[in-house]
Amino acid sequence: MTTEVKKKTGFLYELRKNRALWVMLLPALVIVILFQYFPMAGLVLAFKNYRFDQGVFGSAWNGFDNFRYLFQSGTGWLITRNTIVYNLVNLVTSQALAILIAIFISEINNRVFKKLTQSFIFLPYFISWVIVGTFVYAIFNYETGVLNNLIISAGGEAVNVYNMPWVWPIIICCFNSWKWCGYNSVIYIAAITGVDREIYEAAAVDGAAIVQRIRHITLPTIRPTIITMLLLNVGRILRGDFEMFYQIVGNNGQLFNATDVIDTYVFRSLLQGSNLGMNAAASFYQSVLCFAIIMIVNATVKRMEPDYALF
Amino acid sequence: MVRQAETDRPMIKTKLSASSRAFYSVAYVITTIEAAICLIPFIILISSSFTSENYIRHHGYSVLIHEFSLKAYELIFRTPVTVLRAYGVSILITAVGTFCGTMIITLAAYVISRKDFKYRNQVSFFFYFTTLFNGGMVSTYIFYIQYLHLKDSLLALIFPGIFQVFYMLIMRSFVQEIPAALIESAKIDGAGEWCIFFRIILPLLKSGLSTISLFLALGYWNDWYNAMLYINSEKKYPLQYMLYNLLQQTQALAKIASQAGIRVMDMPSNSLKMAMAVVATGPILIVYPYVQKYFVSGITIGSVKG
Repeated sequence: MTTEVKKKTGFLYELRKNRALWVMLLPALVIVILFQYFPMAGLVLAFKNYRFDQGVFGSAWNGFDNFRYLFQSGTGWLITRNTIVYNLVNLVTSQALAILIAIFISEINNRVFKKLTQSFIFLPYFISWVIVGTFVYAIFNYETGVLNNLIISAGGEAVNVYNMPWVWPIIICCFNSWKWCGYNSVIYIAAITGVDREIYEAAAVDGAAIVQRIRHITLPTIRPTIITMLLLNVGRILRGDFEMFYQIVGNNGQLFNATDVIDTYVFRSLLQGSNLGMNAAASFYQSVLCFAIIMIVNATVKRMEPDYALF
Repeated sequence: MVRQAETDRPMIKTKLSASSRAFYSVAYVITTIEAAICLIPFIILISSSFTSENYIRHHGYSVLIHEFSLKAYELIFRTPVTVLRAYGVSILITAVGTFCGTMIITLAAYVISRKDFKYRNQVSFFFYFTTLFNGGMVSTYIFYIQYLHLKDSLLALIFPGIFQVFYMLIMRSFVQEIPAALIESAKIDGAGEWCIFFRIILPLLKSGLSTISLFLALGYWNDWYNAMLYINSEKKYPLQYMLYNLLQQTQALAKIASQAGIRVMDMPSNSLKMAMAVVATGPILIVYPYVQKYFVSGITIGSVKG
């Protein structure tokens, strides 16, 4: 009892003492509360039959009906499977490419070549996914696309890629690696730069070939970075990169089975204003499961290798 | 300060072995190919915007300019109202959002890195938690519209991205490089908290401020998602969303055609799309060589401390 009272005055005292600091913090606190914490209350929508006129809190409860519709229609499983598979494949390919490029750029001695290639590789990070969508259009569209140009000038028959759902996972994977290679390789190059030069020189004196140096010095030193990047991304395994999927695939209905992830499904139905309950259920299940996965992964890592834990 | 990654090592003056030579050849070839793949789409984009519509209709987009034409740009700037207004919206939200966001983030980062601020860990976690858990797309959308009344308001383009925890963590490591003794001595000299922040801290944070504001500006400039969700009236479309509409060819093309007084059929629509994309990305491509290093240092710091 007494400790509680003490605590309260403690906080109020702190508030008074550091009034200026609290005021400095205020804008950030207000924004986070209004725009992040406040909408969390809306998660209850997953268990409600939402009607705009009744509002989030006035609408009637309907238990697990929304979830039942979502999974009975098969959509729930499909979009969950797509999201997880895409994220895993994209994670592995994009990190592998970034590590490879980072090692190459670090080993190459020609300054101008390094600077120039690094600038070009980093460039895709700076453009919006809308522009990437423009690229996709310029390359793959049936009438004027670069791909069909090349095929025809090589004497082949033009293809309509938009009728071939199986190609799109590859296209998406390539564009994902393409866009993030520069960003991720910056991280790995920084990690490689952190390696003590003397170790390399000593290895060279001892006659270690470049490939051996990379295997036994570079890769072990960037291991923590690799693990951190993997962990960060595993924690987001249920979140599709919405902007990428939406801009690359667009509204091509025949591709949805192969390319729909939770985020695109929710977004599309949100714009159409249909099935809000099912949407809210998908969104709820994504948020909650994502949170659970992050907590479990982090706890596991903390127990096994505490240095790698995210928080 | 972590500077741009420089990994030049002194050339070791021994003859390169065969395996090393092979390694370097592979390294040069693959890096060159990757760099080319990153660059070529931009070249296609720019070349096509300067190519005549007739040529594109028959031969498609290509890397080289075969029949030079300024038609697409002429059309865009003949009735520049639409484009200029979209530019205006993008510049407005980028300027306001970047300025306010940088201030808010810096203030928060400063407070949570003050060792004598008792609740700094709790407050940090309060911010950090939003990266682990959120309300999801549906409830966020409904709350913004129904309770915060952001539908069709430019505020919907500014507020959602204004405070980002990742940037705050980057800023915090910039702030932590300032010795605490500086603040202590200013206090002893009788300076108030606001005076300390604006007169002592801010001037020392120049590179941090540039880094954060560039990240924010890039995010605002490239944003189309919030516009798609919340903005109805065409007058409030930012540039990226206008471009998106143009690509979708909904009514956007027809509108430009009618403003310019030509038939939709005669529109150089293929080159126009590319020209619009160039207009929308132009500012980024122009400043890119100068700002690249700030992003490199920001990402490096974020990956170490984040």
